[in-house]
Amino acid sequence: MTLLWLRTWQVGIKSLLLHPLRSALTVLGIFIGVAAVIWLLAIGEGISRKAQEQIEGLGANNIILRTLKPPSEVTDRLRGLMPYGLTRDDYARLTATIPTVTRALPIRELRRRFSYKGRMVDGRLVGSTPDYAEVTKLEVDRGRFLTDADGREKKNVCVLAAGTAEKLFPFEDPLGESIHVEEQYYVVVGVLKPRMPTAGIGGSLAAQDFSSDVYIPIETLRTRIGDLVVTRRSGSFEGEMVQLSQITLRVDKVEHVMETAELVKQTLALSHRIEDFGVTVPLELLEQARTTRLMFILFMGLIAAISLVVGGIGIMNIMLATVTERTREIGIRRALGAKRRDIVRQFLVETVSLSTVGGLTGVLGGLLCPAVTKFIQARIEQAFPNVMAQLPDVIKAVEPTIVPLSIPLAFIIAVTIGVVFGLYPAMRAAAMDPIEALRHE
Amino acid sequence: MRYAARVCQVTKEYVLDGGTVRALRGVDLDVPEGDYLAVMGASGSGKSTLLNLLGCLDRPTSGTIWLGDEDVTKADDDRLSEIRASHIGFVFQSYNLIPQLTVLENIEVPLIYQGKCGPKYRKRCRELAEMVGLGQRLGHRPTQLSGGQQQRVAIARSLVNDPLFILADEPTGNLDSATSEEILSLLESLNRDGKTIIMVTHEPDVGARTRRIVRLMDGKVVSDRRLDNKEPCEANAAI
Repeated sequence: MTLLWLRTWQVGIKSLLLHPLRSALTVLGIFIGVAAVIWLLAIGEGISRKAQEQIEGLGANNIILRTLKPPSEVTDRLRGLMPYGLTRDDYARLTATIPTVTRALPIRELRRRFSYKGRMVDGRLVGSTPDYAEVTKLEVDRGRFLTDADGREKKNVCVLAAGTAEKLFPFEDPLGESIHVEEQYYVVVGVLKPRMPTAGIGGSLAAQDFSSDVYIPIETLRTRIGDLVVTRRSGSFEGEMVQLSQITLRVDKVEHVMETAELVKQTLALSHRIEDFGVTVPLELLEQARTTRLMFILFMGLIAAISLVVGGIGIMNIMLATVTERTREIGIRRALGAKRRDIVRQFLVETVSLSTVGGLTGVLGGLLCPAVTKFIQARIEQAFPNVMAQLPDVIKAVEPTIVPLSIPLAFIIAVTIGVVFGLYPAMRAAAMDPIEALRHE
Repeated sequence: MRYAARVCQVTKEYVLDGGTVRALRGVDLDVPEGDYLAVMGASGSGKSTLLNLLGCLDRPTSGTIWLGDEDVTKADDDRLSEIRASHIGFVFQSYNLIPQLTVLENIEVPLIYQGKCGPKYRKRCRELAEMVGLGQRLGHRPTQLSGGQQQRVAIARSLVNDPLFILADEPTGNLDSATSEEILSLLESLNRDGKTIIMVTHEPDVGARTRRIVRLMDGKVVSDRRLDNKEPCEANAAI
């Protein structure tokens, strides 16, 4: 019996090799389908993994509160300089009243221009406490981060992010030098290692970029710059009274994050009459990202499934042509003693061989996805750097990750398609009247 | 006397374009083992229909056909296939070899459908190829052979399952006279060795080489004449 199958298979391969181009094109249909399944899933997985990493970069234990500028109709009604946003009182109240909050970071951010010996760079001036480095996962490359003493003594010291240091000090050692920020000089005490951007927070879609930051103690910032920031805009002055731009709370356990976030919202609602702050819970984002990922996979799967069905129709088309072309052969085989099921078996063996070869090569093609993507990215980077720079970060830096399950899945689907789409032509072949078939020219 | 095939009161009707065509109208024919008979008649006389019925490619409308000890009119499609595979050897006018298979593989086909594969059967195929004079061309494909050679492969194939009878449908119809002669002597020698052969032909010269001529006309046997001193061959040595 096994010998019979073997022989049928041998004959099938021979028949397929009789039309190498035709067989190759049919295989190509399945190849594309299978490779598409693996590629789409790998790219989808790569993108969602990247997004997940960025969200995790915010810290799953953290709750991030950000000052939001209230809608203009509210401020216009009140006139004049209106203080808004998170306050030092909020900070004190939250740390004192919520027991699950283990650590809290007050943060004040301003857009500023930094300069050193005529070199200039625009970036964020961030005032915070020594904990900032740990909570936002910043690592010191050289020198040190801010200390409690820096804050207590309101020292004019600063720590540079990797990008700022590189732009301001392309040749010199920044440690011990002073950089200039709006009439003040700050001595550089440390330089940080580069850090991957995190997901955007506070409703903005842009990722948070840490590369052009300068960090100073928040106490120094309050003394030297103050809460009032005046900006000149098209002839008029505009003032803003903001105490803190952000408070990052760290919760003791991940399980407590959601409850704590609720408590924080309620606490803040007591002292804020207008919506001038936003609450971001990375954990929530993480869960959203998981849902998005699932949707993405379903969507990609659908596209891949369509291409596989197209491949299957290709098989069916070719097999129907083959059956017509080999009517005579079917008649001969029937006359020589082939049963209907022998004929079905023979044509099925051929379609399954085609789809199996398509499946195997498709899997190989699919496995090449990460390498090919890297190559294409490098090529685009080389040829069109501007285009590349405009692409969103998730696409620019996507690293496709092969989903292990997708390989057997794609392969099994390919073989199944061979059977399903081969069955009809095979049964049509078997249903032929042997006398008619023998007479066929 | 043992019979390779017995046809009793067989009729066959086709429905064509609403009308009924009566291709056979009560045919009786006994084929003893070792016989070599030619079925002759004009086109439309029913000889192809009779051939299809004897070859178990079709079933009669009424009447019975016995092949050996089996009433094949009662068999279903699968059983008919089995009978074709094990009891009938076909030789066609247009050879009907499978183009993608070699000589050896073509001879092997009827065995495969009986589930007989393996070195023992391979050996038999090789012997038969040698017997018909194609021992040097086992690996050739049909397109690389002449018509006469192809027909000899077909004859080897018809013998491979050691059939009850060989059913030859105009076996020399596509061949020139010299090659026809070769094929006819091959068939004659097979018959001398005891093989039963039923041949359909419309050439009187070819019919004259057999032992018995059956003439059909309008679906009936009009004459059944044994040629002089040509009784069915007695020696039934297995080939």
